Amino acid sequence: MLYAVFCYHSEAMVNAWSKEKDDAVMAKHGALMQKLAAQGKLGPVARLMPTTTATTIKEGRDLVVLDGPFAETKEQLLGFYVIDCETLEEAIQTARGWLSDGNSLEIRPVKMFEPGSGVK
Amino acid sequence: MNEIAWIDAALTSARPQAVAALLRYFRNLDTAEEAFQEACLRALQKWPVNGPPRDPTAWLIMVGRNFAVDEARRNSKSTSLPPDELISDLDDQQSALVERLDSSHYRDDVLRLLFICCHPELPATQQIALALRIVSGLSVTEIARAFLVSESAMEQRITRAKRRVTSAQVAFEAPGAVERAERVGTVAAMLYLLFNEGYAASGGDSHVRLPLCDEAIRLTRLLVGLFPAEPEIMGLLALLLFQHARAAARLDEDGQIILLEQQDRSRWNRDMIAEGFAMLDKAFRHQRPGAYQLQAAIAAEHVRIARAEDTDWEEIERLYSVLELVQPSPIVTLNRAVAVSKTQGAATALVMIEPLATPLAGYFNFFGLKGALLAELGRVEEARTAFDQAIALAKTAAEAAHIRMHLDRLTASSHPARTAAIKK
Repeated sequence: MLYAVFCYHSEAMVNAWSKEKDDAVMAKHGALMQKLAAQGKLGPVARLMPTTTATTIKEGRDLVVLDGPFAETKEQLLGFYVIDCETLEEAIQTARGWLSDGNSLEIRPVKMFEPGSGVK
Repeated sequence: MNEIAWIDAALTSARPQAVAALLRYFRNLDTAEEAFQEACLRALQKWPVNGPPRDPTAWLIMVGRNFAVDEARRNSKSTSLPPDELISDLDDQQSALVERLDSSHYRDDVLRLLFICCHPELPATQQIALALRIVSGLSVTEIARAFLVSESAMEQRITRAKRRVTSAQVAFEAPGAVERAERVGTVAAMLYLLFNEGYAASGGDSHVRLPLCDEAIRLTRLLVGLFPAEPEIMGLLALLLFQHARAAARLDEDGQIILLEQQDRSRWNRDMIAEGFAMLDKAFRHQRPGAYQLQAAIAAEHVRIARAEDTDWEEIERLYSVLELVQPSPIVTLNRAVAVSKTQGAATALVMIEPLATPLAGYFNFFGLKGALLAELGRVEEARTAFDQAIALAKTAAEAAHIRMHLDRLTASSHPARTAAIKK
């Protein structure tokens, strides 16, 4: 079984970390990643940029583009894609293909990406 | 992270929202600060034992408010008090409070708190000091150190500034759209000043005071979070990120300034640059350009390329001429002249900066550029005069040392034999 693991924390707090603290956290993540990769058990890993960089799109009469992260608490995270685009505009135009049945898509630039060891 | 460090980080990040909400309740800055202080002390006692609360910010607001209400009750029986249900058991109250602290409230609370620090009668340095004290919660000692003044002088300065803003009437009602936009603009300008205070210290030895830059970025991110659809605030954040990304490469081991063109680009912070581009990309989608976006676009031209010789000076000059239209100032023209010197040569740039001699008579960079242009044209004596004037206006040791290096080069180039000898 493949499992997706989502990381949650207070962004305000993470933004207030010193570089040393941030590096230490990333090193800890990195150590476990290496171990899993060696066992062939690591899928793609991403650290996202702050929510200030996020854009959310919805279906409307026209495409609705909202600045900021997806903020509703009545809906749940159901899946994700990682796509490679030159610009935010390209990402929006690509992602809008997945808009249907009243879903919302949050588009967030990726800060760190590790393709993993190729899980199947 | 040990427990105290974790709590400290939580308190730091909760501070702007918590103090802002307490200020709305009590409408008095000292009471709000005191209440928050007390809530922090209690957090340090309780959290290690009970674990962190579900919503630290709401917990701090609740505890701070109860404390201040109790204080008021003790101090004056005649003060009218909030209804009792507000000060009953915390845990029951927390969830209700969280619901009431919806984002629109938060937004205007934090904006008000930041805006209060920007009182127009306060000189810029006092606005910044006040924001660092009230919004960021830096200690007076830390702020005094950053501004290179004695602790007692800073204490006085902050007390005086606080008295002035307290006597000013700031509306506590939710602001209207126009007023809100004005407040956002004023606060953005203050955050920009705060960043610059850290980026190019206006006095003393420490040329780069990075914690102030970090703090400016943190507060600007907060502002973007509160007002997510403001392209100029996105532009400001992008600008600060681009500038700050170069921090590690701006000074050498001896604290000497390294010019952009000579900086080791591998030492630039790629994460910050990438985030800056993401913000700028978002801002441009609005097609409402402004001064911060333009400045960010100029900074982006520098950070997007791998080698200094690939700099697109024509594009930079074009962006500066647009900036000149949007926000005319002699300093913008001076900066455009730098780009012109690259595209059209030093002579043209020199003609361009001549009219700036009066408005920029006290500006270090004016004489620095003038000297460099004259030196490039081989007008050694005039260059020396300009550099001497620059040194007289230098505000930091690093600035003065940088100009002295130019002077040394002038001397070397006017004595070719000696240059050759040094090279061997």
